[in-house]
Amino acid sequence: MAYKRQIDRLPIVPKEAKRHNVVCHYCIVGCGYHAYSWPTNKQGGTAPDQNAFGADLSKQQPAETANWYAPSMYNIVKQNGEDVHIVIKPDKDCVVNSGLGSVRGARIAEMSYSRQRNTQLQRLTDPMVWRYGQMQPTSWDDALDLVARVTVGVINEMGEDGLFVSAFDHGGAGGGYENTWGTGKLYFGAMKVKNIRIHNRPAYNSEVHATRDMGIGELNNCYEDAELADTIVAVGTNALETQTNYFLNHWIPNLRGTSVDKKKAEFGSEPVEQGRIIVVDPRRTVTVNACEVEAGKDRVMHLAINSGTDLALFNAWLTYIADKGWVDRALIAASTKDFDKAVAGNKTSLEEAARITGLTADQIRQSAEWIAQPKAGGARRRTMFAYEKGLIWGNDNYRTNGALVNVALATGNIGRPGGGCVRMGGHQEGYSRPDYPGPRPAFYVDKLLIGGKGGVHHIWGCDHYKTTLNAFKFKQAYKKRTDLVKDAMLTVPYGDRNAMVNAIMGAIKKGGLFAVDVDIVPTKIGEACHVWLPAATSGEANLTSMNGERRMRLTERYMDPPGQAIPDCLVAARIANHMERVLREQGNAKEADKFKGFDWKTEEDAFMDGYHGHEKGGEFVTYERLRAMGTNGFQEPAVDFKDGKIVGTKRLFADGKFNSKDGKATFMETKWRGLEAPGKEAEMKKWPYLINNGRTNVVWQNAYLDQDNEFVMDRFPYPFIQMNPQDAAELKLKEGDLVEVYNDNGSTQAIVYPTATAKRKQTFMLFANPNGVQGNVVSPGVNELIIPNYKQTWGGIRKLADAPEGVKHLSFKSQDYAV
Amino acid sequence: MKRCDAMVDVGRRKFLAGAGIAAASVAAASVPVSAAKAGPGPARVDYPSSRLANINDLKVNEPVSVNYPDSDGPGVLLKLGKRVPAGVGPDGDIVGFSTTCPHKGFPLSYNKSDRTLNCPGHYSRFDCEAGGLQVWGQATQNLPQYALRVDAKGDIFAEGIDELLYGRLSNVL
Repeated sequence: MAYKRQIDRLPIVPKEAKRHNVVCHYCIVGCGYHAYSWPTNKQGGTAPDQNAFGADLSKQQPAETANWYAPSMYNIVKQNGEDVHIVIKPDKDCVVNSGLGSVRGARIAEMSYSRQRNTQLQRLTDPMVWRYGQMQPTSWDDALDLVARVTVGVINEMGEDGLFVSAFDHGGAGGGYENTWGTGKLYFGAMKVKNIRIHNRPAYNSEVHATRDMGIGELNNCYEDAELADTIVAVGTNALETQTNYFLNHWIPNLRGTSVDKKKAEFGSEPVEQGRIIVVDPRRTVTVNACEVEAGKDRVMHLAINSGTDLALFNAWLTYIADKGWVDRALIAASTKDFDKAVAGNKTSLEEAARITGLTADQIRQSAEWIAQPKAGGARRRTMFAYEKGLIWGNDNYRTNGALVNVALATGNIGRPGGGCVRMGGHQEGYSRPDYPGPRPAFYVDKLLIGGKGGVHHIWGCDHYKTTLNAFKFKQAYKKRTDLVKDAMLTVPYGDRNAMVNAIMGAIKKGGLFAVDVDIVPTKIGEACHVWLPAATSGEANLTSMNGERRMRLTERYMDPPGQAIPDCLVAARIANHMERVLREQGNAKEADKFKGFDWKTEEDAFMDGYHGHEKGGEFVTYERLRAMGTNGFQEPAVDFKDGKIVGTKRLFADGKFNSKDGKATFMETKWRGLEAPGKEAEMKKWPYLINNGRTNVVWQNAYLDQDNEFVMDRFPYPFIQMNPQDAAELKLKEGDLVEVYNDNGSTQAIVYPTATAKRKQTFMLFANPNGVQGNVVSPGVNELIIPNYKQTWGGIRKLADAPEGVKHLSFKSQDYAV
Repeated sequence: MKRCDAMVDVGRRKFLAGAGIAAASVAAASVPVSAAKAGPGPARVDYPSSRLANINDLKVNEPVSVNYPDSDGPGVLLKLGKRVPAGVGPDGDIVGFSTTCPHKGFPLSYNKSDRTLNCPGHYSRFDCEAGGLQVWGQATQNLPQYALRVDAKGDIFAEGIDELLYGRLSNVL
């Protein structure tokens, strides 16, 4: 039986309830919400003057009402030490989501720490240390003293290269401007740490180096452009599941034809009509289905290319479009460099691209027409290009990214209404740090850790055991190294600090690694760590981030963090304080002085020091001003503060000036070179099944909170692997069977989800799941800038067991809407 | 019938385990209630027992529109031809669901070919053969299903719902 809450009524939000601004802390879209809170012994009533909505709640409310909330939007939490009711519901007046809640964001309340209603009791409440053979609670001072002494000890022995760091670089939960600045100031300001990696990749690098090198920042348009475009080109993005309300609220109106009036108002006499979409994805996703439902099959082109061959398609588009002369000559002349060089260097015929991609030459020609053929009267076609992990985590990341931007730039679609060439994004953004002091390409940190390098590892909101490549071998090496330290810690009494530090340092000299994990929940890699430091998350502290159209908002603190948890920026500051103290104690005043400037008491102090003091336009931005800007905020960069409002920037590069010394964008030569990452070609030839991978709608990221949510874990207690029903039959597999996915890199598990739309021999597995890590079978092969290639993975599949008990009640019907 | 009662009973226990809601769920009133007037309200709403149809009215895979718990609560009765979770009747194959999408309140339509209820608003779909499990979608709850009872004459009564209905903060208004 499907999970049911058996809740048949909820407390009504009273008129007097407090209201805080909230931005969903899960995906990049950053939907606006409000948190209503009120004392537990009070409640509103059904009469309009008795509730916060001024509505008659004794009556059934209509579709899309703002006067209703689901049980998942309700909880009881602590606020300033008191229990309060809380309702966190979508904001109808937020221009991002217009009241829509996704299956993830609409659970923010239910995913909050509540001792009263037993939700998210997995949250870390105390600093924990490895003591007497298990993790035990301790005080901040005790935990930080141990961290500082070992970290300083390692730096004294090995220099700063002995300190390895894994850290988030994004916004939303486990990130935000306050916390990237806190960690950045510690590791790149006070120290110059080079052996650092980001949460989802094994080095400190951009996922979209190419577009930046071309002078075009990757978040250059606004969500409204998706409503204005003649054609949307979606590459490796399954937006309905991964940027849900951006897709539903801004793409769908265009595909339904309901944004035509908006187009007319914007473009005057220029011919406009219902939008078209080109989806480049080897897999038929629910996004493709929804596009067809809304726009009709004749306005949707699904280019189901051979996995990893996007580059050849884009080069063919550029070649064909340039041949036809469908390019923006004025822009190319005034604002760009190297156009002719790129066209010559990337020359790819329709037939050649067809052979590589598996498409027909006609499909490629027709899609190029949809992108760039002038409209009636010669008007330039407005095309928006959007890409995400299918490209970013795919073959030859750098060149493929550049090849797509080439097409957008040549057709004059950067900085113009209805255009843009943008990544869709994963988390919100919220990056504010001093520059990374290491080289380019950055160090391959996972490889160094596997190879025995470093003595201490600080981990911030990352879980490599779930979200890295080559995870199977990483875990083996990491466990061995951290176990050496654990075993050494067992040989001395915990209370003898000198003996403890000596034992740890001794183990490090033998190849051991001391690991410190800062997180909100116990993680898989945390099982190997020696210290856990509890962090506060969004809503338990004030937090600023920006979404995929650079829309910056402040999520206000609406509840208390669990136990002793504090925001990451303050954890970083306290580590700095303790390192300074230990260095002074050791008589090293010169080093100690580097750790000055961390006297922050609140997250706002970190914000003012970081974003306000250092970021472009930051001088116009304060908490007070952001609070007043509500859930709509402003679009970065801020350019002024006028009439009580922060003035932002709707689109980047609207003036034809790009991010380079001379203000010109540069076209890139991007020749096709096959499967680029070492070992991928051989892997493809050796193993029968493509193990494509990515997200599914109901699960957020690596399920760090969802793993403790009944609704989600009831739906998918294990990661699924979708496969063609004939493949399943050949392997003698039934729906729900537990299978092993394996290759030379490692092995993992999933449950079988036969899916008629899956191509033969092309599977799709849910990534980063705690109960089956897809990264276990991803090879260590990376591109020249150490960007991983998760998508092009091939392996074998074999049955482990019949469907486990928790799977027997599930539905394996098609996920595609159909009537 | 036994199965059905058991389900409600399990639900009640589960509900009581989550404190808070019980404490706050007595009928709403903004004016202070004096101690003398305060009484022990029931933990769950009292559902009407409503006759929806007779088993002879149902044909396999032919949806019958119903309303429950009142005329503003559209729903569907289905005879699925195979024993399913919370199914009643001699074959354990009769189920009833709300047809208001628990995401944004759009009316669901029945897809006979795979026995799902589908939402035209945001493409959510629910499996009628799996207790209303959301196969895919935006709702944060599975589809509210009716607790059904069949009497000796074959009349089918709805007597409860296992999730909150969209658009109302109390299932019984």
